[in-house]
Amino acid sequence: MTETRLDETGPAAPPRQNGELVFAAPWESRLFGLTMALLQAGAFEWEEFRTQLIAAIGEWERQPDHGAWRYYERWQVALERLLAAKDLCQPSELSRRTEALAARPAGHDHR
Amino acid sequence: MSTHDHDHDDADAAFALRTEALEALMTERGLVPPGAIEAIVRHYEQDVGPMNGARVVARAWADPAYRTRLLADATQAIAEFGFAGPQGEHMVAVENGPRVHNVVVCTLCSCYPWPVLGLPPSWYKDPAYRSRIVREPRRVLAEMGLTIAEDVEVRVWDSSAEIRYLVLPERPGGTDGWDETRLATLVTRDAMIGVARAATPAGEDRD
Repeated sequence: MTETRLDETGPAAPPRQNGELVFAAPWESRLFGLTMALLQAGAFEWEEFRTQLIAAIGEWERQPDHGAWRYYERWQVALERLLAAKDLCQPSELSRRTEALAARPAGHDHR
Repeated sequence: MSTHDHDHDDADAAFALRTEALEALMTERGLVPPGAIEAIVRHYEQDVGPMNGARVVARAWADPAYRTRLLADATQAIAEFGFAGPQGEHMVAVENGPRVHNVVVCTLCSCYPWPVLGLPPSWYKDPAYRSRIVREPRRVLAEMGLTIAEDVEVRVWDSSAEIRYLVLPERPGGTDGWDETRLATLVTRDAMIGVARAATPAGEDRD
C-alpha cells in the first residue's frame, strides 16, 4: 500500500464542505456571524430566534406571490423582528441607517 | 441578463445594506465586540464541518462498543470527541441497514447538527426539499441520485429544537481492516443526512 494521501476532490475527499460554499454572498455570512455574536452576548436565546425564523419562513410559504426563495432574507426578517421585540433595535432606526448607507456615493470605501 | 436576475441582484443589494446597517447599530451599542463576527464566520467556515461527523461515523464502524454508545446516547458519544456547541444538544443517531434507510429534514426551518455537520447546505433549507421529502421521500431521494429498493423502509426524521438527527450510514464493503482515519474519508455530509450512501473504496488495494 502506498502512503495515504487524502483527496482534494472526488468521493474519497474529506467532506469539508462537500464542494459547496456555505454562504452565497458576503452579507449572508455577516448576518450569520452577527446573529451568533448577539447570541453569545446574551441578547437572546437561540429558541427565541428559531421561533421568529419559523414564522418568517412560514409567511413566505403562505404568500401566493412570493418572490424567489432566499433563506437568509428570511433570517434577516427574523432577526430584525426579534431585536425589535427585545427593544434592542427599532425598525425605524434601522431603516434610517440603511437609507444613510444607501446614500453614500458610488465607489465608496467600505472600510 | 434577464429581468429576473436583475430583480434578484437588487434584492440582494438591499438586504446587504440592511445587514450592514444592523451590524453598525449593534456594534455601536456595544452588543457585538470588534472582530467577533469575523471570528465566528471563520470558525464555521473552516473549523466546523462534516469532517467531525465523519469521524463519529468512522469510529462507530470500527468500534462496536462505540456504535452501541452512539445509538444509545448520541449527544454523550459525540461529546467524547469534544464536539459540542449550538445546535448540538439532544442528538439522536439513526442507523441504516439492509431493511431500513433513514433521512433527515427540518420541515419548519433549518435545524441541523452544526457541531458534527457544519452549517446546512442550501438544498436542506429549500422549501421544496423540506416539504417533498416527507410526502414522497423515495422520489426525492431518486432525484438526488439515491435509489432505495422497494423492500427497504424509508424513515424520515423531522429535526427540531428538541432533537437533531445524524444518520449512521452502512459501512461500505471492501473496507475490512481499514482504520478510522481511512474510513472517515468515505463518509460524506450527504450520507449523514441520508440523501446518499457512504462512498465506496475507489479501487485501491485491488491490484
